[in-house]
Amino acid sequence: MDTKSQIVGTGGQKGLLPRFRRNRKLKLIAKNYDLYLMLLPVLLFYLIFRYVPMYGIQIAFRDYNPGLGFLKSPWVGWEHFERFFSSFRFSRMIVNTVMINVYQIIFQFPLPIIFAIIVNEVRRKRFKAFVLNTTYIPHFLSTVVVVALISTVTNPEYGVINQLIEYFGGEPIRFLEESSWFKPVYVGSGIWQNMGWSSLIYLGALAGIDPVLYEAAQVDGASKLQQIFRITIPCIMPTVMIMLILKIGGIMDLGVDKVLLMQNDLNIYSSDVIPVYVYRTGVREGDFSYAAAIDLFNNIINFLMLLSANRISKKLSGSSLW
Amino acid sequence: MNLKVRRKKKIYFNSDTFVMWFIYLLLAFVSVLMLYPLIVVLSSSVSDPVAIIEGRVRLLPVGFSLESYEKVFANKDITRSFMNSVRYTLVGTAVNVVMTILAAYPLSRKDLVGRNPLMMIITFTMFFSGGMIPSFLVVRNLGLMNKMWAIILPGAISTYNLIITRSYFQNNIPSELQDAALIDGCSNSKFLLKVVLPLSLTIIVIISMFYAVGHWNAYFGPIMYFSRKNMYPLQVVLRDILMSAQSADMATSDAVLSTRFFEIERIKYATIVIASLPMVIAYPFIMRYFEKGVMMGAIKG
Repeated sequence: MDTKSQIVGTGGQKGLLPRFRRNRKLKLIAKNYDLYLMLLPVLLFYLIFRYVPMYGIQIAFRDYNPGLGFLKSPWVGWEHFERFFSSFRFSRMIVNTVMINVYQIIFQFPLPIIFAIIVNEVRRKRFKAFVLNTTYIPHFLSTVVVVALISTVTNPEYGVINQLIEYFGGEPIRFLEESSWFKPVYVGSGIWQNMGWSSLIYLGALAGIDPVLYEAAQVDGASKLQQIFRITIPCIMPTVMIMLILKIGGIMDLGVDKVLLMQNDLNIYSSDVIPVYVYRTGVREGDFSYAAAIDLFNNIINFLMLLSANRISKKLSGSSLW
Repeated sequence: MNLKVRRKKKIYFNSDTFVMWFIYLLLAFVSVLMLYPLIVVLSSSVSDPVAIIEGRVRLLPVGFSLESYEKVFANKDITRSFMNSVRYTLVGTAVNVVMTILAAYPLSRKDLVGRNPLMMIITFTMFFSGGMIPSFLVVRNLGLMNKMWAIILPGAISTYNLIITRSYFQNNIPSELQDAALIDGCSNSKFLLKVVLPLSLTIIVIISMFYAVGHWNAYFGPIMYFSRKNMYPLQVVLRDILMSAQSADMATSDAVLSTRFFEIERIKYATIVIASLPMVIAYPFIMRYFEKGVMMGAIKG
C-alpha cells in the first residue's frame, strides 16, 4: 500500500500536513531501521568503489604521487592533456577507436535486429529453439577463448579460412598479423560472438507486439514482407533507437581485454586504441596521471556523444533515454 | 481446368512460402557457422597434433586419443589455476548475490524513505565512472593487490543486475503479503529471508549465473591486480599457453623447440575446452532463466 497517498487521504487540512508528514517519515525510518542496515554495505560499496574513483579523477590535473595521494599531489593543470594532444599517437588512436565503433554501428548493430525479425517468423518451435540456443553459446565464452578460436580458424597454415582461400586459388592471409585485417577480424568475431545474445532484447520487443495487428494485415491481404515492413519494424523502432543512442554514447568505448589480446607489434598501426593505451601507460608503466587524463578525455567525449545522440533521437523519433 | 492449374501454382510459388524456405535455410546456415569453430576445437583436443598442424582436422577428430587431457591434468599450473577459478567464481558469486539482494530488497520497498535519491545515486554510476586508473588506485591503496578480494569487491554489485532484481521484487511480491506480515510483527529482515527469497528463486538463479559467467571468464581484472603466478585463474594461464604456442610456432626450425611445439599444440585445445566447459555444461540448464532475465531488463528496464 502506498503510504504517501494514505497520508494525504487522512491528513485532511493543508496546514497540518508538513509536520504530520515529517513525524510520519521519522516513524517510518525507525520502523524500517533494518532496511537501512541492509543498505549500509551497499552504500559503502558505491562510495568506495564508484564515488571515490570519481573524486579521484582530479589526478588528471595533478602529478600523482602514490605517497601524497589524490589530494596532495602537485597541481599541473592541463599539462597531461596537452602532452596527449601533441603525441604522435593521438590522432591514430582516436581514428582507430572511433572507426572500430563506426564499423560496429554499420555492420554489427543491425544484424541482431534482422536476426530477431527473421527468427520471429519461424513457427516450428524446435527449430527456433535450436537456432537461438546455438547462437547464444558464443556469448558465454571468455574473451581469451574467443581470441584463441580466432587464431585457430585464421591460422595461415591449417586454419579453415585459409584452407578455403587456397582451395579457391588465393594466397593465405595472416589475418592477425596484418594491420589492414585487424578491424574486420575484430568486428567480425564480435558479430559471431554477440549477434544471438544481442537479439534477445529485440525478441523481447517483438513478443510485445499485439498479434491483432498481424491478423488485420492478413485479412487485408498483406504479404509477409509487407507485414515486416509495415508492422514489425515500426513497432520495435523505439527499442532500436534506445540501443542506438547507447551505442553512439559509447563511440569511444571498447572492451580493453579483446584488443589487448589481439594486439601485437605487427598490427599496432590499426589496433592502437585508447583503452589499451590507458592500461599500458597507467597500470603497467605507472604513469597514472597521464593515463587518467586520457581516460577522462575519452569519457567526456562519450558523455557528450550520448547527450547529443539522445537529443537528436528525441527530436527525430520521439524516443529518448530520459 | 485452366483455373485449377493456376490456383495450384499460386499455392506452390506463393512469395510467403518462398520467404519461409529462404529463412529456414539462412538460419540453418547461421547455426552451423556458430557451432563450427567450437566443434573444430573439441575435435582438435582429442586429435593427433600432427594431423592438426597439417590441417586435416576439419570437423571430426583424426587419430583419436585422450592424451592431451591426461597431459593437462598432470600440468600443475593448469590444475592450480582451475581450482583458483573455481574459488573466485564461488566466492565472488556469493558476495555478488548477497550484496545485490541487500541492495535490491530495501530499494524495492515503496515505504523506504529516501528511496528515490538513493536510486539516483546508484543509477548515476551507470552513466559516469571514475575510469580505469582511479579505480585501480583505490584498490591498490586499500592494499588489495595480489589478494582475491581485488577482483571481487570492486564488482560486488552490478547496477544492471540490481535494477532487474529490484523490479522483480516490486512486481512479484504482493504488497498485501508484506503489510500482513509486518502488522503481525514480522521484522523486515525475517520477511526477506522467510517470504521474499523463497518466492524469488528465479531471479536469484538468473543473477547468480550472470555473475558466475563474469567471474569464470574474467581476464582483465586478474592481470591488473595479480602479479603472483599462483594467484592466476585459468583464463590467464590459458593465455600464457597460447602465447608460448605462438612463439614456439615462430621458431620451429629448432629441433628442441619443435618437440616443445607439439607438446603445447597438444594441450592447447584441451585447455580451451576445459576453460569453456563449466559454462557450456551449465548452459542448457540455465538457458531459459537467462532469456527471462534479459527480457525482464528489456521490458521493465
